[in-house]
Amino acid sequence: MKSFSNRYIYIFSATMVVIVATLLAFISLQLKPAQERNILTEKMQNILASVRVQSTTSNAQDLFDKYITGSIVLNNEGKILENTDAFDVDLVAQVSKIEKTKQLKSLLAERRVSPFKQFIASFGGAKETDRQGIQSQISAIGGERQLPVYICTKEDSSVYYIFPVRGKGLWGPVWGYISLEADMNTIYGAVFDHKSETPGLGAEINQEWFQVNFRGKKLFDGASFRSIEVAKKGTVEPSPFTVDAISGGTITSKGVEAMLYDCLEGYIPYFETQKN
Amino acid sequence: MSGKEPLLSPKNLRLLTDPLARNNPVTVLVLGICSALAVTVKLEPSIVMAISVIIVTAFSNLVISLMRNYIPPRIRIIVQLVVIAAMVIIVDQVLKAYAYNVSKQLSVFVGLIITNCIIMGRLEAFALGNKPWPAFLDGVGNGAGYGFILIVVAFFRELLGSGTLLGYPVLEKIGLYKTGYVNNGMMILPPMALITLGIIIWVQRSRNKDLIES
Repeated sequence: MKSFSNRYIYIFSATMVVIVATLLAFISLQLKPAQERNILTEKMQNILASVRVQSTTSNAQDLFDKYITGSIVLNNEGKILENTDAFDVDLVAQVSKIEKTKQLKSLLAERRVSPFKQFIASFGGAKETDRQGIQSQISAIGGERQLPVYICTKEDSSVYYIFPVRGKGLWGPVWGYISLEADMNTIYGAVFDHKSETPGLGAEINQEWFQVNFRGKKLFDGASFRSIEVAKKGTVEPSPFTVDAISGGTITSKGVEAMLYDCLEGYIPYFETQKN
Repeated sequence: MSGKEPLLSPKNLRLLTDPLARNNPVTVLVLGICSALAVTVKLEPSIVMAISVIIVTAFSNLVISLMRNYIPPRIRIIVQLVVIAAMVIIVDQVLKAYAYNVSKQLSVFVGLIITNCIIMGRLEAFALGNKPWPAFLDGVGNGAGYGFILIVVAFFRELLGSGTLLGYPVLEKIGLYKTGYVNNGMMILPPMALITLGIIIWVQRSRNKDLIES
């Protein structure tokens, strides 16, 4: 083998890295539009599937324009936010707001349950302002929430409302779309997808046989919000609020359950106003 | 390129066909098993994976072979890795742009082609010491050898596990379910990929006694 000087090795590696980086950056830029279009099309297909409209990659745009007659973004009080496009709302950021609120609330609950510690601490005068601080943080986060809703009108002029949901599965994120009938209670359709759940087990949530179980289920028990429980067959009474979990996919199933509760909870003010 | 000898001389042709059977990287050298287990639940992702690996092995072999006289031996492994990684990223990006659904199914495994020992093995063992054209053929051959096994395993796993082939419900059409047949759910779990692969290796060795170690 030939021997190479250190100088040559440095120059060689530097040149190689620059060439490879330029090449990859160029290719990535070239392919970006096509990739983004794919993601957008997939989103449209998912939204359409939640109102039981089957689409292909080629007709997704047309069907979307035909059936999805409107979209709005709400704040946490159920008021419509102007100048925000439902399609642009970053659900990942929204979900992290839900997480953060939960953390703060549990922190608040901890503070509440130990009055003795509070009493001791009250001499310092710190705790109460602490609580207020947490409280105001929670409402600040709540004020930043953006909740997208898509509105679908079918041929027979029946109207459905579609709500995006997102949460955690076993290995990675799970997400989906839930469509409700005009009574804001009955589920019309549901689609779920996942990033990396176990094939054949948790990954089955993106299969139709699992998703059809959600049709006709109810979110509200009387006036109180109950959401859908995804539970092992036989452990709970079959009711309009339960769906059979996937055997072997317990954590994914529980993830779907938590996702539905956490994400749909934010829409309660909107549900209430729409019902009346 | 290969100068005086024809492009597909018997020697070069052997580079292409050898890894398909007698020198198969998966069943004989037992390399690249991990991804062979992971992506073989369905036939379609396996085919795409096979094509991706063929492209990566062929072109990284070609590139390394072109550069072989300029690569300092002390950093050759790094150079090989950079070339492989670049190829894999390109393949991954192209799949994301033009075969989105399949790329979603393959998820991380396209990226993990980087760690597939077959590719680095061929670069070290062949491309560094051979001319570009034979190196290219060797890459195609080894990629195809890997892909062939992938497709065979996936064929049985999809057929027996889901009762379909490329998503087409074969078993339902021939009316097998009416006789009380039930899909074998075990086939879609990773252990059965290992067992299927084991059976393939067994069959191959029983037919070709040269492969049996003494």
